[in-house]
Amino acid sequence: MNMDEKISMTCYHLGREKPHIKVDVGVCRTCDLKPCLYVCPVENYRLEDDEIQFSCDACVECGACRVACSPGAVQWSYPQGGFGVCFRFG
Amino acid sequence: MSERFDAIVVGAGPAGCSAAYAMAKEGLHVLVIERGEYPGSKNVSGALLHSHVLSSLFPNFWEEAPVERFVTQRKLSFLTPDTSLTVDFRDDYFAKPPYNGFTVLRSKFDPWLAKKAEDAGALIMTGTQVDDFLWEGDRVMGVKTRKQDGEVLAHVVIIAEGANSILTQKAGLRGDMSPHEMAIGAKEVIRLSEEIINERFNLKGNEGASIHYIGECTGGVPGGGFLYTNMNSISLGLVCRISDLAKKRLKIFELVERFKSHPHIRSLIAGGVLKEYSGHMIPEGGYKAIPKLFRGGLLVVGEAASLNFNNGLILRGIDYAMASGMAAARTVSLARSNGDFSEKGLSRYRKELEGSFVLKDMKRFKGLPDILSNPRIFSTYPDLLCSLGREMFQVTGGERRRVLSIFNEVRRREGSRAGIGRIIKDLLKMGYQI
Repeated sequence: MNMDEKISMTCYHLGREKPHIKVDVGVCRTCDLKPCLYVCPVENYRLEDDEIQFSCDACVECGACRVACSPGAVQWSYPQGGFGVCFRFG
Repeated sequence: MSERFDAIVVGAGPAGCSAAYAMAKEGLHVLVIERGEYPGSKNVSGALLHSHVLSSLFPNFWEEAPVERFVTQRKLSFLTPDTSLTVDFRDDYFAKPPYNGFTVLRSKFDPWLAKKAEDAGALIMTGTQVDDFLWEGDRVMGVKTRKQDGEVLAHVVIIAEGANSILTQKAGLRGDMSPHEMAIGAKEVIRLSEEIINERFNLKGNEGASIHYIGECTGGVPGGGFLYTNMNSISLGLVCRISDLAKKRLKIFELVERFKSHPHIRSLIAGGVLKEYSGHMIPEGGYKAIPKLFRGGLLVVGEAASLNFNNGLILRGIDYAMASGMAAARTVSLARSNGDFSEKGLSRYRKELEGSFVLKDMKRFKGLPDILSNPRIFSTYPDLLCSLGREMFQVTGGERRRVLSIFNEVRRREGSRAGIGRIIKDLLKMGYQI
């Protein structure tokens, strides 16, 4: 099952505020290991033409990238209250 | 808001709601602030709810709480790509009140507990993000929410934010979290009918099963797989140490797909329909990773304080969360009677935890994270056990060999690096720490 099909089953309330995670791809370019590609459970980080492409949409707010990535690569905050992922089973 | 609360609890999970319930019962003026649309909407269970703490708060809670099944079967399964060797423990004693543990779905269970806190008199505010603290000198005086005029004052703030706790760092209770001390879990809730689940897992009525997997499922990364039976669904997932996933270049979501296609798992979930995919972080640094637990006007409880227990066989988080929440509540009640919310006044919290299973067990088993870093546990030994199974049960018509000689052949295979001395040492270490 591909990721788009998988996350289509997860409920999100998307707000109009700016993305709650900001990625500095300049720092990513200097990162050899690129842990984001392996630890993000929803494949929000992808490698295209050797550049990290990031999308915040399917974020489950786990914080794995916040812990795994090089200092300064990700600016992490939670989404506005009431927005973001909304588990119905958990 | 200009009123001042006795306590603000950030997060309406089991830790926060237990603290809020116990404080409200003591007549304290309590506000719980939850960032999700409803309590439990950001939470994911990767373990059982062990009953002991909850039943001390609410005897016979299982008669009203939205729990799924009481677990009578605990299995541990070692996996290679095409084999599995399972230890199957079944105990009917676990089928009797007060029951040892239940499977739960957190988006259903947590709202029930939050309602208990609310009924006891706590105020619950959902859909509100707490971004920072209000300070007076080096003492916390309240919180800043991301709402207009969203500052709220309190004598004490309790951080119950869960594993991904930004506030614990903002409060200076800990530095950056290390990827060696954190695991990432990815989980699917798969719908199957009650009848099929009972038939497939050999269960009756509300009995449930819990299976932990070690080996191939994590590609040798420290961690494991889990399968829990809910009433009408299966919770299936993997937990992998963050630092090792990147090192081994294994993607957590690809491992989950591979896990689901393993012959052992595939037949258990056949015909099931995915209802939800989720991810959550889990602290796995043990005793050493526990941050400073308090400062003036501030306490930290549950997984925000990295309080949990994992020895590979049993995972415990919710009972640790609730026990720490209740210890925080007792501390705050006493601080209020003494009118002392300073760091010294709240230092009793640590002593409360040291006197309970929470810190006693975490301290006694402080070597566990190191033991569970041993790569042989996640690749060599599952391989050894499963290969031994095949050699023992395969009938070829050739001469039958002794088990010991099969064992010796298997452990000497290329790449297994399982010398007798090493195996004995590992077994002794595990015996001492598990």
